[in-house]
Amino acid sequence: MHELSLAGGILKVLEQTRARDPFERVTHLRLEAGALCGVEISSLRFALQAIAPDTCLEGAHIDIDEPAGSAWCLPCGQSVAILSRLDPCPLCGGHQLQPTGGTELRVVDMQVV
Amino acid sequence: MCVVCGCSNTGTSKPDSSPEVHPTTGDLHFGAGAARVSVPGLSQQRTIKIEEDVLGANNAVATQNRAHFAAHGVRALNLVSSPGSGKTTLLCATIHALKAHAPSLAVAVIEGDQQTSFDADRIRATGAPAIQVNTGKGCHLDAPMVAQAFAQLATHEHAHEHPHAHPHEHSHDDHHHHGHEHGHHHPHDHDHGHDHTHAAQSLLFIENVGNLVCPALWDLGEEAKVAILSVTEGEDKPLKYPDMFAAAQLMILNKIDLLPHLSFDVARCKDYARRVNPGITILELSATTGEGMQAWLDWLLDEPAHHHHHHAPDARQTRIAQLEAELAQLKAEHS
Repeated sequence: MHELSLAGGILKVLEQTRARDPFERVTHLRLEAGALCGVEISSLRFALQAIAPDTCLEGAHIDIDEPAGSAWCLPCGQSVAILSRLDPCPLCGGHQLQPTGGTELRVVDMQVV
Repeated sequence: MCVVCGCSNTGTSKPDSSPEVHPTTGDLHFGAGAARVSVPGLSQQRTIKIEEDVLGANNAVATQNRAHFAAHGVRALNLVSSPGSGKTTLLCATIHALKAHAPSLAVAVIEGDQQTSFDADRIRATGAPAIQVNTGKGCHLDAPMVAQAFAQLATHEHAHEHPHAHPHEHSHDDHHHHGHEHGHHHPHDHDHGHDHTHAAQSLLFIENVGNLVCPALWDLGEEAKVAILSVTEGEDKPLKYPDMFAAAQLMILNKIDLLPHLSFDVARCKDYARRVNPGITILELSATTGEGMQAWLDWLLDEPAHHHHHHAPDARQTRIAQLEAELAQLKAEHS
């Protein structure tokens, strides 16, 4: 459900960008939503489509990159790959993990005309 | 910075005209005043680099809130849980207990719900000021809502009475800085010389909308998120809603007086919570019987710095260890 608020936040970022660097509309939008950022990609995509009509985002092609999750394992003393916050360390099976990657939720860039 | 009084001039408000790096192809630079003007014929496609956090606008306001709270000596806590975990009952019990334990500490509450002011009414019945925020369709509080609610609170207004030069009975010429939370009721009881200027002068509880999903993402400017889980809910909640328990600094297991009637496995629940958040502090209590309340009050009255202690150095050490490990790995690969 919060994906709709996030879609609104994304649109705000685009509108703010347009206010200082005017363009007509967005043709291509690239987002980054990490595996651990707490966002459901399909819901976010749906929410963006829902709010797009009558905005600069109407008709835009949207790419959402999903950076993989990674975490620092304290016992192992190294960075390991995880798919979710629930995953144990693939090396030691422990849960002393501190997420270090895949937590980002960003607007990366866009193509405009 | 505080929009009401400018009391915390942190300069965190983001300039809209920050020089973005946009590799423009062609001569499409419109004047600064020409925003939203569409010029026919200029339709060359170009790329604009943005690199902006989607929650950036919220986080900027949260940063302002944090500075604002600090300027007023307010310790803000964001209480999150599912509906029905007993947040409001816990708050009422906490307010009553604090009156006995720390009578000089001002307590205020911001109540978030989709609809009704039932919860704020319950808080006001304890004598503490409360502001209800109805989010309407919204599933969480955000930082601007909290900024506006805080501006409505009496603790805030009162703190501003000198800068605003409101006529008021208690107008000490000295010692403006503290004592401003200490109320209209007995302005002369503790004028000078009380010695807690370095501790938080007031507590602000922000009771978020009952929801274990969305509030995890929105920073409100709080010092810590406190996740409340009642033992009637099932011990697997930390695994079902990992983002929330990962974001919380403290987990409260509430309604432990009901444990004899349930098959809730406390040890397993704690283990689950530590799986998603190895550093989480866990307290067990019953807001109804008062069991375990003392540890909660101690946590609340603890010097704020204590809560950061075990985190900050850890993070730094972790980072150093991480870099050392990466370096060792690179050396190994190249040898």
